[in-house]
Amino acid sequence: MSLEIIGTYATALFLLIGSGFALVGVLGLLKFNDSMTRLHAPTKVGTVGIGALLLASMTYSYVSGAPSMHELLIMAFLFVTAPISANFIAKVNLHQRACDTPPAPPRDDTWSTLKSPEAEGDIPSGNEGS
Amino acid sequence: MMSAADLMSAALGVAFLSLAVAQLMCMIRLVLGPNTGDRILALDTMVINALGLVIVLGIHQGVRIYFEVSLLIAMLGFVSTVALARFILRGDIIE
Repeated sequence: MSLEIIGTYATALFLLIGSGFALVGVLGLLKFNDSMTRLHAPTKVGTVGIGALLLASMTYSYVSGAPSMHELLIMAFLFVTAPISANFIAKVNLHQRACDTPPAPPRDDTWSTLKSPEAEGDIPSGNEGS
Repeated sequence: MMSAADLMSAALGVAFLSLAVAQLMCMIRLVLGPNTGDRILALDTMVINALGLVIVLGIHQGVRIYFEVSLLIAMLGFVSTVALARFILRGDIIE
């Protein structure tokens, strides 16, 4: 069995793993019954699913004779930004009280996510700019 | 046992089909979504699935130009998710 055939089998395997993770993650997004639980499933699509698809692309570029490592850039970018966007969406869920509110903080009167900025005057209400 | 080329084309077909079905299921959650967090999450997942579709299309056609396309889609998806979430949280995007 030559190296090229092994590479093609590996590409097909990575493609199946990546698309399977994408399908299962989105199935979780559709079937879970709580906002925070729904947040858990699709974050795996962004890391494992797209990571396996990019591995398949890299392996296939080696098999087809034009090797490239550019896909590592996209992988690094996705691995850095996926937790940040998940954290922002969790803060949106907390802010809209779509889940249980965490217990009160020890020193301040409430969590900063739950404060509304208009009430404190943080944001100028008119159009005079900042 | 299947030959390598047969398995490769079958895997490409399965990948296209399951990513398209995932995209449709995200659209269902985008329409149903009880609150705004679910809708932002469904849009973010749709961007990621579109990224996967572009990558699989690049493998299918054997063209290197789709690398730049997928990098741009990844950056735009992250920035738009953060902008939507900040608009809900603070009432403004850039204060």
